[in-house]
Amino acid sequence: MKIAVLSGKGGTGKTFTSVNLAAAANRATYIDCDVEEPNGRLFFKPEGVEAQSISTLIPTFNAGKCNGCRKCVDFCRFNALVYVKDKPMVFPEVCHSCGGCALVCPSGAVTEIKKVVGSVESGVSGNVRIITGVMNLGEASGIPIIKAALKKSGIAEELTVIDCPPGSACPVMESVQSADYCLLVAEPTAFGLHNFEMVHELTALLGKPCGVIINKADGEYLPLDKFLADHKIPVLCRIPYSERLAQLGADAEIAVKCDADMAALFHTLLADIRKEAAG
Amino acid sequence: MKKLLILSGKGGTGKTTVAASFIEFLSARAFADCDVDAPNLHLVADIDGEPERTDYYGSQKAVIDPAKCVGCGLCLENCRFDAVAQKDVRCEINEYACEGCGVCQYVCPQNAVTMQDDIAGEQTLYCGARTFSTAKLKMGRGNSGKLVSAVKSALLQNAEADVAIIDGSPGIGCPVIASISGVDMVLIVAEPSLSSVSDMERIIKTARIFQTKTSVCVNKADVCPEKAAMVERFCAENAIPFAGSIPYDKAAAEAINSGHSLAAVDCPARNAIHAIYRNTMKLLKA
Amino acid sequence: MESAVCVSFGRAPFFLLYDTESKTENFVPNTAADAQGGAGLKAAQLVVDMGADTLLTVRCGQNAADVLVAAGIKVYKTAAPTVAENLRDFAEGKLSVMTQFHAGFHGRQ
Repeated sequence: MKIAVLSGKGGTGKTFTSVNLAAAANRATYIDCDVEEPNGRLFFKPEGVEAQSISTLIPTFNAGKCNGCRKCVDFCRFNALVYVKDKPMVFPEVCHSCGGCALVCPSGAVTEIKKVVGSVESGVSGNVRIITGVMNLGEASGIPIIKAALKKSGIAEELTVIDCPPGSACPVMESVQSADYCLLVAEPTAFGLHNFEMVHELTALLGKPCGVIINKADGEYLPLDKFLADHKIPVLCRIPYSERLAQLGADAEIAVKCDADMAALFHTLLADIRKEAAG
Repeated sequence: MKKLLILSGKGGTGKTTVAASFIEFLSARAFADCDVDAPNLHLVADIDGEPERTDYYGSQKAVIDPAKCVGCGLCLENCRFDAVAQKDVRCEINEYACEGCGVCQYVCPQNAVTMQDDIAGEQTLYCGARTFSTAKLKMGRGNSGKLVSAVKSALLQNAEADVAIIDGSPGIGCPVIASISGVDMVLIVAEPSLSSVSDMERIIKTARIFQTKTSVCVNKADVCPEKAAMVERFCAENAIPFAGSIPYDKAAAEAINSGHSLAAVDCPARNAIHAIYRNTMKLLKA
Repeated sequence: MESAVCVSFGRAPFFLLYDTESKTENFVPNTAADAQGGAGLKAAQLVVDMGADTLLTVRCGQNAADVLVAAGIKVYKTAAPTVAENLRDFAEGKLSVMTQFHAGFHGRQ
């Protein structure tokens, strides 16, 4: 079963939730799709890490075959190609790797070559397989890395926890695509609710069943409760704000390993999610 | 007009909370929310009146005419973004995955594909006693860098004030880089955690390339005093002015939840933010 | 000629193509101004295609700079606010060569 953990707003406890959910299971695969800044590995400290390079394709031009027609430059909608001193120049950071220039070239002057944009690291921490997507600094899109990381999901019968990027943009949609269930981490504040509405819209759009964990629940925030009730979104648990948990988080410690109450809470949460997903 | 940009790197550090307080302390007449993916500033900023709303056009997207499509699947074969699905016979474009490259239009033998304008978001501008510029990107749309620039331009073109406060986007990617361009100073709101410190370092590197004055403050500092000290040490070692620390304070969430900034609440967090505000303004005007 | 010089190269609304010998002015709209991404590149392509040998601008991105360098176009940093003042400063040899370029802003998520 694949559970995607997402939050609209950053800082709500998405990594805290996904790391502990994976750690609480008997065996699991944890996939960090927050490729811009993957934090899960700070908590798990995986061993035996192997990295696989992830590449995208960038065009190169054979000056001998180029006839100067500029069809490639005219075709490129991203302005990644410029024609200077009788040959095309490519700017890799702006190139979307669509392959269009190679298709339109009438003289076969375009060859696409690999360019490394990031990596997928695989390691182990106790009973958990840790898969981390890492995007190289300065690269524009993390989607090829997210796709590659998700390919390493566990088999259907086992648990895979997908730690999604924050927000509701394209990388999040990509991370959620293959999930069986979405666990949304909500913060009971005005900012939290506003962003939560957006991420809920995303799960509804993708037709994914979802449930909520309300984190850092210092007090009540009625508008959030109302939104959840109106949209019939089940609240699976509430975790009050606690300095101890905040401290553990800041030190990158896994709560279920240090705290019996947290271990029990996450075991129950996992069981509840399985029930919800099945029913 | 001097422009102060407030960034955080990792989300949830308190960027918007600090920005909203600064706006009140300054009685700012010009401010903007560049977090176009999930704008929040309007929830706590004091603005009224009807805003001007403008559609924001993103990349064009491919559209398949079902009447012309014969289901040959050439578009699907050539699409690098998994944006084409074949349902029954005909092919359909997934507007969220489509990057607007035009390859499907090029390969379609039936001329069934056209590239069409796509409204990717909406820009909002309040122009009254205070000028407030903000925008919201539609779900699953990229190109936020350009919309961020548009939000800033709208502020610069319409506002008249000594100082403008800009609430930046979270993260460390391209929209953040776009927001740093042309501002006079960046204030980073960090929190005492490993993830926040690592993001802070990346932002500082970018701000250096743009030769922008930078300062750092730590929010919820008492949650992990040793990491808070780490942030201060990093600033000292890198000659970055440290603006101050803010303690964790329940009053912050309470104020935000009732739609106000902390500025008028007498509490430890507010007082700490005020001290940081004074330090920041001194540096900005220097 | 009295209009202000735009702070952006890639998204400037117009370029002025000025012939210093014939003293002719040709204001060309910058079709790169509303590009989603790669505006600097598209603008640089325009400048190359116009046949310019020199560019005067407030600032310029690294990508556009790479194009201009490859094309052998010299880039100078403008100082004064208006077009006319900068042309005069250039003629008098007062403008300095542009040496600092900023990173691209990209256009993608």
